[in-house]
Amino acid sequence: MNQINRIDGGLINRSNKLNFNFNGQSLEGYEGDTLASALLANGHRMVGRSFKYHRPRGIFSAGSEEPNALVQLRTGAYQEPNTRATVTELFHGLEATSQNHRGSLKYDLMAVNDLFSSFLSAGFYYKTFMWPKAFWEKFYEPVIRAAAGLGRLSGEDDPDIYDKGFLHCDVLVVGAGAAGLSAALSAGRAGARVIVMDEDFCMGGRLNVETLSVDDKSGSEWATQALAELSAMGNVRLMTRTTAYGAYDHGIVGALERVTDHLISSEKKPRQILWRVYTKRTILCAGATERPIAFGNNDRPGVMLAGAVRAYVNRWGALPGKRVAVFTNNDDGWRTATDLAAKGVEITAVIDSRDGQPPVDVPKGAAIVMGGRIVDTKGRHGIRSFTLSNGQQIPADCLAVSGGWSPNVQLTCHQRGRPTWREDIAAFVPGGELPQGMSVAGAASGNLSLSSVLLNGHDIGNSVVSDLGFTPSKVKSSSSEEETTGISAFWHVRESKVRAWLDLQNDVTVKDVKLSHQEGFRSVEHLKRYTTLGMATDQGKTANIPALAVMAECTGKSLPETGTTIFRPPYTPVAIGALAGRARGKDFRPSRLSPSHSWAEEQGAVFVEADMWYRAQWFPRTGETHWRQSVDREVTQTRASVGVCDVTTLGKIDVQGRDAAEFLNKVYANAFAKLPVGKVRYGIMLREDGIMMDDGTSARFAENHFVMTTTTANAVSVFRHMEFCRQCLWPEMDVHLISSTEQYAQFAVAGPNARKLLQKVVDSDHDISNEAFPFMACGEITICGGVPARLFRISFSGELAYEIAVPTRYGDSLVRTLMAAGEEFDVTPYGTESLGVMRIEKGHAAGNELNGQTTARDLGMGRMVSKKKDSIGNTLSERDGLNLENGLSLVGFRPVNRSEELKAGSHFITKGNTANMANDEGWMSSVAFSPNLGHSIGLGFIKRGSERMGEVVLATDPIRGGEMDVEIVSAHFIDPEGERLRG
Amino acid sequence: MIINHPLLGPRDAAEFVYKGDASLINRPDWQADDAAELFHEYLYLRDNPAGEHRELWYHEQGDRSWLIVTRNTLTHDISKVEFARDVALAERSKK
Repeated sequence: MNQINRIDGGLINRSNKLNFNFNGQSLEGYEGDTLASALLANGHRMVGRSFKYHRPRGIFSAGSEEPNALVQLRTGAYQEPNTRATVTELFHGLEATSQNHRGSLKYDLMAVNDLFSSFLSAGFYYKTFMWPKAFWEKFYEPVIRAAAGLGRLSGEDDPDIYDKGFLHCDVLVVGAGAAGLSAALSAGRAGARVIVMDEDFCMGGRLNVETLSVDDKSGSEWATQALAELSAMGNVRLMTRTTAYGAYDHGIVGALERVTDHLISSEKKPRQILWRVYTKRTILCAGATERPIAFGNNDRPGVMLAGAVRAYVNRWGALPGKRVAVFTNNDDGWRTATDLAAKGVEITAVIDSRDGQPPVDVPKGAAIVMGGRIVDTKGRHGIRSFTLSNGQQIPADCLAVSGGWSPNVQLTCHQRGRPTWREDIAAFVPGGELPQGMSVAGAASGNLSLSSVLLNGHDIGNSVVSDLGFTPSKVKSSSSEEETTGISAFWHVRESKVRAWLDLQNDVTVKDVKLSHQEGFRSVEHLKRYTTLGMATDQGKTANIPALAVMAECTGKSLPETGTTIFRPPYTPVAIGALAGRARGKDFRPSRLSPSHSWAEEQGAVFVEADMWYRAQWFPRTGETHWRQSVDREVTQTRASVGVCDVTTLGKIDVQGRDAAEFLNKVYANAFAKLPVGKVRYGIMLREDGIMMDDGTSARFAENHFVMTTTTANAVSVFRHMEFCRQCLWPEMDVHLISSTEQYAQFAVAGPNARKLLQKVVDSDHDISNEAFPFMACGEITICGGVPARLFRISFSGELAYEIAVPTRYGDSLVRTLMAAGEEFDVTPYGTESLGVMRIEKGHAAGNELNGQTTARDLGMGRMVSKKKDSIGNTLSERDGLNLENGLSLVGFRPVNRSEELKAGSHFITKGNTANMANDEGWMSSVAFSPNLGHSIGLGFIKRGSERMGEVVLATDPIRGGEMDVEIVSAHFIDPEGERLRG
Repeated sequence: MIINHPLLGPRDAAEFVYKGDASLINRPDWQADDAAELFHEYLYLRDNPAGEHRELWYHEQGDRSWLIVTRNTLTHDISKVEFARDVALAERSKK
């Protein structure tokens, strides 16, 4: 029979029946149900197994604090473990399975753990798996890992989309219960921009679950009316299914909106949105969480929080049991008995830990025990009866427990505020310094009666908006009947002889806390880590305070002296997918494409990521099956005739101003002040500590105008550094910088026929002959009948070479024009691999050599560092440690056996020495196959390298294995005199 | 965090890049007799206060200005935000 425990009433839509599936069983619920309320309505008390002992567990709460009812939701790639059934909105077609059992939920093979519970006490892992040491990795860890954890991940990519967003408001109201709605009405009526967030899909908080009335209406009717007024205001935004999970610096609040979690399919919409809320003021109205009392076998299905029991009855018309008993230390717990009795539910007993008279009228037929203690419960898959300390047994299939209410102070502590203890309500309330702009109202601030909550929310709302300069409205606060809220702290039943649970999620018992105290873990933070109390998905929302009370008892300190552990975001779990948002896979970061990208794609280029850029790595031609074939051909063809390479990605910085030359003179280690107009110079930049930062060229186009290039990788950091120098170090200089990397497309044209090719595109009034435009010349020219361009006679390849730059919009056209004009010279495009081969053949340093450890001296450019001027790094580059006699120097290497392939990263050892760290003399930084020489060549750093030409050393590669004899040679493998580039 | 930019108003800290102690704007004289010693101190010896700290932030995703932000390292309270260039120029005029 379906919905055997469904009774009348509640905020569910009975005309919309929803079918769902739990552990393969087809069940029915209604719109407005949570998975938990629907399971209860169908008579399912047991919904999972506990973490450590695999004990049967049931639904414990009716909200996000749920420690027990964690289920696996959905299937396939959409499968999500550890979903709280109590906040999972029911939808048609929902599929859920219980977790943490082998075999069926009822007959879990792992339940054997419970029999060995005396061996599984606090610190069990630390104590047991110490020896033999070798067992850890091969045996203990795999076994523990297989047994540990609750749910299982799908192991597939998350197919959902997640988004991020930003919100701005005057007042953020967190929580839309009685306090939140009152505060929002005050703020909204005054005209402030208000955002109201609530984690529930139905706003109203406890107004929807209690039978108390407001302004002569039922609580939920009042909430509906307040929400109608708020949603009619243009200045108020209501966000359901949205949890404010963290309070950050300067009043920023993080929130997670579950957009499609209540639908069967997200239909390509973002599943969740991570909001960053910039708000002037926050009013935290997060309410309070009920906590249990610990007593023997208090973890059986059917033992629930008292407030949750009446919530299921009042809001969802779902009966957690047919014979209900209450165990309480406060007046509020009695409300469960009276509410349920009014619905005709049998109340078997009310046990109040306090002596004296019952605070309210006693439900008919119920046994009333004042000063009572429950010591044990019975029932294999759920409670059937419980035993009092006097031995009396009372039947009940649901035991509603209330140990009082703890204000939800979490967000007030995210900036290290520490809560303070209030004896009269036996609870911690917000204390210390709150996060910037935060006020707390309602139960979260310790107001535990509805009438005080309404008034408090109303007043705080008004005072916050008047602080912000708005005029509060004159509307009076809503009001409610008075209720009694007496409490006398009572945490656990000492008379219990059997295990009494504190933390249901982590299976931490009173005994575990006492044991950890006995073993010396006295601070709450140590207690937490030793016993795992308060960890995992619920973060101990129901467990922490009772456990701290037990700890306080052990130490003989008071609860406020014992304190709480530090609360950190998030308040409830946030999926990693939501934090990542759209920044995953290829969208992890932006992709930068050069202006010739489409053209290179048409050519079938293979691309490589260089920082964010995609650069053509090589251009395979028909018949080429290995990348080396393509690269060898590109290099050979370029050196034989001409090649074209996109070098747009190099950083370009436009430097202008009266002091531009002097400025460059200070940021480059070598001299720049006297560079003539129309000339380019190679420059090296040091860090202030004397290590090489970057290299590049600067071209002087006018007295006060330079164009600098940087390496691709350092374009951003060099620009940042130069802005620092300009603004912070030499503010009196007249110099201005702007990045023009993306404004110009730039191509290298290299090879003996480079000039002939360029002459075909450069407008004839510009003479680029060797005499008029020699090596290291630069100029502004026009090409193709008037297109503005910049021409630089610089060479990275060692060939006669130019770099030509045009405004980016002409980049695609220019590469096509160059290739067409070069057809008669058999021009080839070349990629970054060929660029690398040619620079290694030429002995030019690049990123591998400028690795943040090397100096100009190591690179053989020590003499470029001017001693006659002030520039960044020059002073400290003279430090002894950077000028050792046996310091490193950059030289070339070739294998003695020319058929062998050098390996970058191998280390050099003098012949005859043992290959170990002590004898390490340097490393190979770059290697390539030189098609011109027909063998492998390399660049590397070795001690006193420049004095060791011709010496054979051992190159060893202990990580990948292998060693070989290599000969130290000049780094300039090709054209050492530089005749080609001057030709 | 939110940094109140002198020209652009409150901006999220994510738009900025952090460099370090604001004393980095006081670069030593390279011609001093003890220049090596001074540069060593300038570069490596910094205070690391638990409390108020003047530090350099660069508005990289914004107007590219270098700012000196006075921030309490314990509370993240920001009590002052200045253009580093203004501070550097003011210190020059003192000398």
